[in-house]
Amino acid sequence: MNRTKGDEEEYWNSSKFKAFTFDDEDDELSQLKESKRAVNSLRDFVDDDDDDDLERVSWSGEPVGSRTRPGSFQSLSDALSDTPAKSYAPELGRPKGEYRDYSNEWSPSDTVRRLRKGKVCSLERFRSLQDKLQLLEEAVSMHDGNVITAVLIFLKRTLSKEILFRELEVRQVALRHFIHFLKEIGDQKLLLDLFRFLDRTEELALSQYREHLNIQDPEKRKEFLKTCIGLPFSAEDSAHIQDHYTLLERQIIIEANDRHLESAGQTEIFRKHPRKASILNMPLVTTLFYSCFYHYTEPEGTFSSPINLKKTFKIPDKQYVLTALAARAKLRAWHDVDALFTTKNWLGYTKKRAPIGFHRVVEILHKNSAPVQILQEYVNLVEDVDTKLNLATKFKCHDVVIDTCRDLKDRQQLLAYRSKVDKGSAEEEKIDTILSSSQIRWKN
Amino acid sequence: MAAHLSYGRVNLNVLREAVRRELREFLDKCAGSKAIVWDEYLTGPFGLIAQYSLLKEHEVEKMFTLKGSRLPAADVKNIIFFVRPRLELMDVIAENVLSEDRRGPARDFHILFVPRRSLLCEQRLKDLGVLGSFIHREEYSLDLIPFDGDLLSMESEGAFKECYLEGDQTSLYHAAKGLMTLQALYGTIPQIFGKGECARQVANMMIRMKREFTGSQNSIFPVFDNLLLLDRNVDLLTPLATQLTYEGLIDEIYGIQNSYVKLPPEKFAPKKQGEGGKDLPTEAKKLQLNSAEELYAEIRDKNFNAVGSVLSKKAKIISAAFEERHNAKTVGEIKQFVSQLPHMQAARGSLANHTSIAELIKDVTTSEDFFDKLTVEQEFMSGIDTDKVNNYIEDCIAQKHPLIKVLRLVCLQSVCNSGLKQKVLDYYKREILQTYGYEHILTLYNLEKAGLLKPQTGGRNNYPTIRKTLRLWMDDVNEQNPTDISYVYSGYAPLSVRLAQLLSRPGWRSIEEVLRILPGPHFEERQPLPTGLQKKRQPGENRVTLIFFLGGVTFAEIAALRFLSQLEDGGTEYVIATTKLMNGSSWIEALMERPS
Repeated sequence: MNRTKGDEEEYWNSSKFKAFTFDDEDDELSQLKESKRAVNSLRDFVDDDDDDDLERVSWSGEPVGSRTRPGSFQSLSDALSDTPAKSYAPELGRPKGEYRDYSNEWSPSDTVRRLRKGKVCSLERFRSLQDKLQLLEEAVSMHDGNVITAVLIFLKRTLSKEILFRELEVRQVALRHFIHFLKEIGDQKLLLDLFRFLDRTEELALSQYREHLNIQDPEKRKEFLKTCIGLPFSAEDSAHIQDHYTLLERQIIIEANDRHLESAGQTEIFRKHPRKASILNMPLVTTLFYSCFYHYTEPEGTFSSPINLKKTFKIPDKQYVLTALAARAKLRAWHDVDALFTTKNWLGYTKKRAPIGFHRVVEILHKNSAPVQILQEYVNLVEDVDTKLNLATKFKCHDVVIDTCRDLKDRQQLLAYRSKVDKGSAEEEKIDTILSSSQIRWKN
Repeated sequence: MAAHLSYGRVNLNVLREAVRRELREFLDKCAGSKAIVWDEYLTGPFGLIAQYSLLKEHEVEKMFTLKGSRLPAADVKNIIFFVRPRLELMDVIAENVLSEDRRGPARDFHILFVPRRSLLCEQRLKDLGVLGSFIHREEYSLDLIPFDGDLLSMESEGAFKECYLEGDQTSLYHAAKGLMTLQALYGTIPQIFGKGECARQVANMMIRMKREFTGSQNSIFPVFDNLLLLDRNVDLLTPLATQLTYEGLIDEIYGIQNSYVKLPPEKFAPKKQGEGGKDLPTEAKKLQLNSAEELYAEIRDKNFNAVGSVLSKKAKIISAAFEERHNAKTVGEIKQFVSQLPHMQAARGSLANHTSIAELIKDVTTSEDFFDKLTVEQEFMSGIDTDKVNNYIEDCIAQKHPLIKVLRLVCLQSVCNSGLKQKVLDYYKREILQTYGYEHILTLYNLEKAGLLKPQTGGRNNYPTIRKTLRLWMDDVNEQNPTDISYVYSGYAPLSVRLAQLLSRPGWRSIEEVLRILPGPHFEERQPLPTGLQKKRQPGENRVTLIFFLGGVTFAEIAALRFLSQLEDGGTEYVIATTKLMNGSSWIEALMERPS
């Protein structure tokens, strides 16, 4: 360690500097202050001396996690129980001679400067509100988040909530740091109080709602969500929160019921397709899929029926059909798939209609490895001819390709397709028959 | 060791050496044998400035990852924790210290905070009753880490969220400190330009820090001519689009971490005869990507469509070089050939690696879905159909594509429309919540707060004005031999880089109107230099601009800036600094809410 440096520190810290008063800008000492600043900030960049070790003692303050100590901010006297004599005790073999530094009259500005360099400073000396606020303003003007937080912890502990909130409200930068700090230490209660005080209702609501993520037990989570329903969300979000609650409520009922059915081993669907995971906390669409998979035929009156979910959550037709299709296709229940797209008009004629477009139906069926006969049926229902031809080619629905080419009188394409089907297959034969037909007036 | 850092206009090895020295000095303070316990996040960034050999020279005998309960046995005198100042890590450290076996040999504990000591953390250690156990508690101000000859990053993953959501300026303070360190090493930067709230703050902090610094005159001849500070929220658009440069795509698909990428091993299986494809490696292939590799330096910033031809050209050159051996007749010629072998073999290895990577990427870029996604992105960026519900996005939700992908697209649409119509926004929101879970309401709120996803206010879409004035969309883009920065997104010119380009020529005065539309103030500051240090530029000599992205930068933007640096008559060379190297996905991910 560098002896001279140490002496210099001693000099600055203990003798001359004591006499310095904050307001005396013209004083010759202010020049000293300037150069001390320079020396100090220089150290931030270039100084690699280790004399810092001597200075390091504990930084005093109270437990920050007021979750364990609700209301720790009440009063000054509370704070003072943490007496300076105790908390300034040197920890790391600091020479005794340095004690007196801490009884010195550091100005708020110098205190903040020392804090910024990671040195120890007592904040307890600042008792008047004015001093404390000056401390805060100095910290904010330094922009150093670490120091701002340190001062905020001190203010949180030594000011009443009302005064603290009031003063922070007019100091936006400090306020934002305070909110971030409360989030970090998880002081949810004080955070909510603060939002309430500031009348920031949406943040208040979201911040409270966020808590549910940390509740594992489904019943408790449900109860918690129930308390969120009345929170001041925007109208749109309010509806989503209500739905979130209702969904979990449903899931709990369905889960209990199905777990029972599954373990009883009497229900075919659960025996053939054991559940991979619990339905609790799954998204709505996943729940709908589950319900279409395990409870498709149930009457509307049961909580687990797809129709009931559709109505309760106002699931749009498109979304419903898409999900039901995926679930029934996975079970290879082609009859259900067929029924999904069959509508009867008032004369009793049936018609095929798909709100999602038949090209999507085909994609989903293919993903669930539907047999060609089934695929073919739906490829044929695709209206746009180009799309139809593309899908048919992609999924090897030979008949559709061949028939479409014939209808388009596209001889070239048909010829080209002939090379893609198996030699000697029925398809090849069919193509040959068509190509040799004299009935068709080919366009090429 | 890191020669590639000194290839550029500014020798960043100077910075690397400075931080290495600081590390050595700390290690020597803890005399005797040592073990380091690592906050895992830090090992990546540290790897860029020091290898294990450096630590070993300073008596580091063991290294552990920080985790709960008891520390592994190690016969060392010192245990040093290298950690970020985070509360949850303090709890783990306390657990380690408290479960230390008292009967064993006494060991000294130390803690090194990176990049900064935190009073809050020390308070936590005190509450847990272990603060007194540490002999040295220090900070290691690794603010800016040199990644390449022209690239510095703070690798602070939370910076964007802190700055633009929480309004916490801590990372800005670190940015300012990092800039002060740079100025201490490379001289005072005479001119500072900036755009955005955070840029303004950082400039203020720098000016203040400089004032406090007046005791000593910086006598280093300035290397940088300008500093440009740019807020990420001035250009929210660029990171949302899919990067189409080689390096950008590697990052989009596999994620580059601290200049390393992990790739699926199949394509890198050593081709040995008689093994018939068995024993395929199962562990990911890890490669370092930086300009130390000649071939990579050449292709990293090209549009991916221009990479294939370079690779095949290289292949021909290398095989021709190997063929030379047949022409080597005399002993001298053979000797000459042999002496070149190591270099040739390295080149061949490098070529093989990048051919494999290019194949992997091609599998993705030629997929139907990639094409569809790109089409939608390009429509949005060129201003087509941004005001109604998009079919492709709807399909992505219906097919439950990854939420981040969906959010990126929805945000892109919102940004390209200066906010979505309320009806459209509500529709997307509802679909997303129903499909991915209601709890994402929190994430959507964060995106809204960051300005990424919002309702259009005032019924006015400013994007077309911005697009036209700044020429953000170029129809005739040349991917092979680019003439404009728009090649990095195959048509879209990154807004942030366009601002830098226009600043250098003809100056921002020409785009005052657009600057007023973009968020935050724009400004200029001068830092006077003593006459002795004022630069007399030689005719034809380029300026050097340090451009600092506050809130993150993408590889495609870096590529665009390198393109500008290399222009014959560009007049400006760029060194790039940022709070974090990122892409649209890592960005959105950092804004998502998770259980605490």
